Amino acid sequence: MTLLSIDWFYLVEKILLISGVLVLSLVVAMYSTWGERKVAAWIQDRLGPNRAGPMGLLQPLADGGKLFFKEEIIPTHSNRFLFILGPSIAMMVACMTSAVIPWGDTITVAGRTVSLQVADVNIGILFIFGVVSMGVYGIMIGGWASNNKYSLLASIRAASQIISYELPMGLALIALLMLTGTLSLKEIVEQQRHGVWNVCLQPLGFLIFLICAFAECNRTPFDLPEAENELNGGYHLEYSSMKLGFFLFAEYINMFISSALIATLYFGGYSFPWMDSLGWGENAIALLGFFIFFLKILFFIFVFMWVRWTIPRFRYDQLMRLGWRILIPLALANMLITGALVLLRQH
Amino acid sequence: MGMSIQQIIFMVLSFVALVSALGVVLSKNPVTSVLCLIVTFFAIAGHYIMLNAQFLAVVHIIVYAGAIMVLFLYVMMLMNLNSDIEPHKRNWLKYAGAISGGALLVVLVAALRDASVPALSETATEIGLIHNLGKLLFTQYVVPFEISSILFLSAMVGAVVIGKKD
Repeated sequence: MTLLSIDWFYLVEKILLISGVLVLSLVVAMYSTWGERKVAAWIQDRLGPNRAGPMGLLQPLADGGKLFFKEEIIPTHSNRFLFILGPSIAMMVACMTSAVIPWGDTITVAGRTVSLQVADVNIGILFIFGVVSMGVYGIMIGGWASNNKYSLLASIRAASQIISYELPMGLALIALLMLTGTLSLKEIVEQQRHGVWNVCLQPLGFLIFLICAFAECNRTPFDLPEAENELNGGYHLEYSSMKLGFFLFAEYINMFISSALIATLYFGGYSFPWMDSLGWGENAIALLGFFIFFLKILFFIFVFMWVRWTIPRFRYDQLMRLGWRILIPLALANMLITGALVLLRQH
Repeated sequence: MGMSIQQIIFMVLSFVALVSALGVVLSKNPVTSVLCLIVTFFAIAGHYIMLNAQFLAVVHIIVYAGAIMVLFLYVMMLMNLNSDIEPHKRNWLKYAGAISGGALLVVLVAALRDASVPALSETATEIGLIHNLGKLLFTQYVVPFEISSILFLSAMVGAVVIGKKD
């Protein structure tokens, strides 16, 4: 059905997919808050939330409800528009990356082949870079518009941290691009489906990418922007009610998307061993692939939490030294060696 | 329907680009100016995508909106500019600015008046895709490409030297 030279079924299909991915991100982020407390409790030998619902499963709903009904305070002498813009940008940017992640193989519904990826653009990885580099605006604008010195300090910390760790992250990805020869995430997954997982070929690159993902998400040990004992709480110090919720929520969505990216780039995405020799239908394989992909993502979310409750926070000079003096040279060496090996294999 | 979907998107993008560009100049608050400039960059990136130059669009976002404007915002926020500490400009400076700006406009109009804008052929739009652009950069334009990388290197060395000063 085409009208106005637009394929309307295609549009509906994409809108459904976008809504699905958005709902999935939000639900996973919501239950990550519950998971985080449960993991923390488990590591510290406590019980964790167990009052609201069975096993405390309704705790995220209770928290969300509380945040919605809290009084909303906008400090006087702050820029009202920018104050609201900050958390909005943080939330929007967190949700945008999911557009290029392949959530599964194609499925066939009523004769139509539907790809479980919102946009298979041939610049997938660069798109992610673009979005990641936008992430800093939400924090900076929010921190500055609060008109509070602690918030400003925290947002400056966050900005310099994110900019510093973008570099080794990019260098680690360049080495991966040399191997795969494509920027499309779907193709990277397909290559791993018929070959080995990229983590076997790029172990160092994976490690660098993982560390940078922690830094980009402002997670411990890189959570200096919200160091409560130095900065009274961080860039969201002046925020209350759901605007605070947006900032906190964006962090969990970022964590989910980062885990999805790590799984896609280095751990085969939706592919799994013996995927093509199971002999099931195309749709069943695609759904199973999505399920496996989801398990991989949950594992990496667990790693994020595991590290948070194990390692203490870095000092600021340690953070900068790790980024500029250790990770960048390592990533450069990794890139050079990968380039040399790729060249050697071609001849 | 008089307009195709491309024309509608083009109109919207151009409108956003022009309004936000005016916002950069007219806004009193420097931070708002910076934010307007970021919106302008996004609108221009949208134009690149309309021209099928996805790579250019995303690099435009990464370099300008993601790196340079962050630096601008950083400086603006730390300087904490407001109208109280803004130096009072003399009147003759304003007139000089208006006259030189007007002269620039005249030159631009004169230069662009006779310029023809060739319609984009279907095959020419493929050049913005990353494969074609990469091939072209590393074959036909490899020397200018490498020379510009030396420029970046010298800028980097300069930054390190300045940073090392105690």
